[in-house]
Amino acid sequence: MNATSMTMTEARLEWNPSDRGRVAMLCLIAAEAAIFTIFVVAYVFYLGKSLTGPLPKDVLSVPIVYTICLLSSSLTIHFAAKSLRRGEIKSFGVLWLATITLGAAFLYGTGIEWYRMIYKEGFTISTNLFGTTYYSLVGLHAFHVVVGLLSLSIVMVFTLLGRVRAEHAERIDVLSLYWHFVDAVWIVVFTVVYVIGR
Amino acid sequence: MSTDAIAMPSTAIAPRPIVATLHEWVTTVDHKRLGILYIIYALAFLLIAGVEAMIIRIQLIRPHNNFVSPQEFNRLFTMHGTTMIFFVIMPFMFGFANYLIPLMIGARDMAFPRLNAFSFWMTAFGGLLLYFSVVGANGLYGAGNAPDVGWFAYAPLTSQTFSVGHSTDFWILALLISGFGSIGTAINIIATVLCMRCPGMTLATMPLFAWLNLIMADLVILAVSPLTAAQIMLLIDRYLGGHFFDTQAGGSAVIWMHFFWVFGHPEVYILVLPAFAFASEIIPVFSRKPIFGYSVMVGATIAIGFISMSVWAHHMFTVGMSSAANNFFVISTMAIAVPTGIKIFNWLATMWGGKIEFKTPMLFCIAFLFQFLIAGLTGIMQGAAPFDWHLGNSYFVVAHFHYVIVGGILFCLFGAFYYWFPKMSGKMYSETLGKLHFWIFIIGFHLTFDFMHIPGLLGMPRRIYTYEPGRGWDTWNFIVTIGVFFQAAGILVFLGNLIWSYFRGKAAGSDPWDAWTLEWSTNSPPPAYNFASIPVVKSRRPLWDLKHPNDPDWNYE
Ligand code: HEM
Ligand SMILES: [Cu+2]
Repeated sequence: MNATSMTMTEARLEWNPSDRGRVAMLCLIAAEAAIFTIFVVAYVFYLGKSLTGPLPKDVLSVPIVYTICLLSSSLTIHFAAKSLRRGEIKSFGVLWLATITLGAAFLYGTGIEWYRMIYKEGFTISTNLFGTTYYSLVGLHAFHVVVGLLSLSIVMVFTLLGRVRAEHAERIDVLSLYWHFVDAVWIVVFTVVYVIGR
Repeated sequence: MSTDAIAMPSTAIAPRPIVATLHEWVTTVDHKRLGILYIIYALAFLLIAGVEAMIIRIQLIRPHNNFVSPQEFNRLFTMHGTTMIFFVIMPFMFGFANYLIPLMIGARDMAFPRLNAFSFWMTAFGGLLLYFSVVGANGLYGAGNAPDVGWFAYAPLTSQTFSVGHSTDFWILALLISGFGSIGTAINIIATVLCMRCPGMTLATMPLFAWLNLIMADLVILAVSPLTAAQIMLLIDRYLGGHFFDTQAGGSAVIWMHFFWVFGHPEVYILVLPAFAFASEIIPVFSRKPIFGYSVMVGATIAIGFISMSVWAHHMFTVGMSSAANNFFVISTMAIAVPTGIKIFNWLATMWGGKIEFKTPMLFCIAFLFQFLIAGLTGIMQGAAPFDWHLGNSYFVVAHFHYVIVGGILFCLFGAFYYWFPKMSGKMYSETLGKLHFWIFIIGFHLTFDFMHIPGLLGMPRRIYTYEPGRGWDTWNFIVTIGVFFQAAGILVFLGNLIWSYFRGKAAGSDPWDAWTLEWSTNSPPPAYNFASIPVVKSRRPLWDLKHPNDPDWNYE
């Protein structure tokens, strides 16, 4: 039996730490996509199965402007990350703030739509199957927007404090992957809820 | 060149205060310590859930027994099943993966050490929450305490109407929270295997252990997430007045079944792939041959990963699906047996012509091969829809899945315990006690689970708290319960062996098995940094190359 440990040839570490962040974010996105898939399946499965009103076409209004806001925030975050890679911190900050503003505008849009439906029309999550599936699906997405906005805001604070530099570009890329995902999910939700489901 | 064993100054160090040690363990982010925490945590729950199983079996030892009440019986099988799946086998597997993957791929830690600690504590919190229901759920409403809805919690049993009080909520939250932990660990495993391998180790040369756990982690991501979604829906139903599974408002109870089994079937492969990983490391070492058909093993694993996502409704044949759906799920269930069979042939071919050493880990793996084969065959019987209409919801199903989970997975786990105990503790276990454990346990296993098939075939339904005499079930149930006591004795021998060897065992040295993977190249137990210098490998068996410089593996791969 060999009591002392064996010696392996010496070497430097060769993995790139930034790769694991990207891999992990892609895994997280896969997991989240699976969660959304189940909610979308439930939404589609229950379309038209409510025993009482209201129907989607009675209460939903298509949030075109707010959708444009959210989708264009994908562009601004893309260019923000690009500026950071080039070391242009100022334009990074401006574009980043624009991203947050567009995201917040979207959230505001969801907020007023829900306010109208709940307080004016009395349509809630327990009204019927449509209410249950609608509020859960859109709410789950809105929750992800909130999480995204919080993370974006933390970066914004650090930017204002002058702590964000070009070498953080890889991390910003990882975060923007998440934001792109939130936008992509909205395309699916929008199609299912406002195009097919109405 | 440098050596791993660094000479320490030999000044005697005063014993550390226990609080400091405890603090160190609670705040640790070291993958080895977290691995051991997972394993100890799972051992504790193994004992709890084992006692629950014994009570269940004592109640069923003879007809009209009154050992526990029907209500108590429902809670027992719910807690037993939920605990064994989520808080015993999964933490065991995550523990071994955590401990071994960085060592096997020549890394100093997992990719995200703090995420690792977070995941462990989420899992731990989930288990504690489940058992807190025993006091918590009762105190609040005076209605029921521990969850009693079965481990798959079919609707509408879980609605407020039928599950008053909070017992079901504890079940939901426990699984939701431990699910977050599982997803975190899965992300960590994937990032570690993909990004942290030492120089020279490609995907095609990393140990099969890493491959199998990589696919396991993929399945966790794709399968546990749907469960999370379904649990959120159930919470919405119970607390916000939603109607997802509320048949009174047009909701569907069957869609819960689909959501649960979309998780449930891949889950069984989440449990078994790490068991395959143990077998794929242990069998070659004790056959003194490299694994047979490495690339075929990888391919079969990937195939299992894909197919396992498409067989879930074989748990629902008795619900009455369309014949198109029945056909699809029968065929996909038959298909999954193919890659699984390929694996069995590969392990056999590895042993074929080898110089087999019948050490305890190997004994458990050989038993695994036979038992897993039989369990797969009963799986195929149930996978044929018409036959399943007879077998569904009977003790035959219970016998099938215990044959896999105990006879396959737990046997491999015991093998893994004995195989890596010297590495983790630095001490050799007692071979005599190990063999004693093996023989007592295997007798108990076969008494219980071989004979359990028969009352199932004779029509005894599962989850009944008692039965009428004279239906031909009595003798079988008696034998089944006797076997449980053998198994319990085996577990006690096992625990005794671990404890005795930890304190009294001989020093094991860094490489007691003359093995070939990197974890055996460092000290036992490994230092916090694992490797003094990061190794470089050129083949699948780096230690073979090191020990046989004239005949290295990379000449042949
Ligand atoms: C890989 C290891 C396996 C594990 C851990 C496993 C586990 C399980 C579990 C836990 C159940 C029962 C679920 C419940 O009703 O509570 C089950 C049922 C079933 N298993 Fe397996 N199984 C495995 C392999 C297989 C294989 C290879 C097949 C078929 C090729 C199979 C076919 C079935 C079928 C058809 C049922 C449903 C029976 C019924 O409910 O009527 N299983 N299995
Ligand atoms: Cu299955």
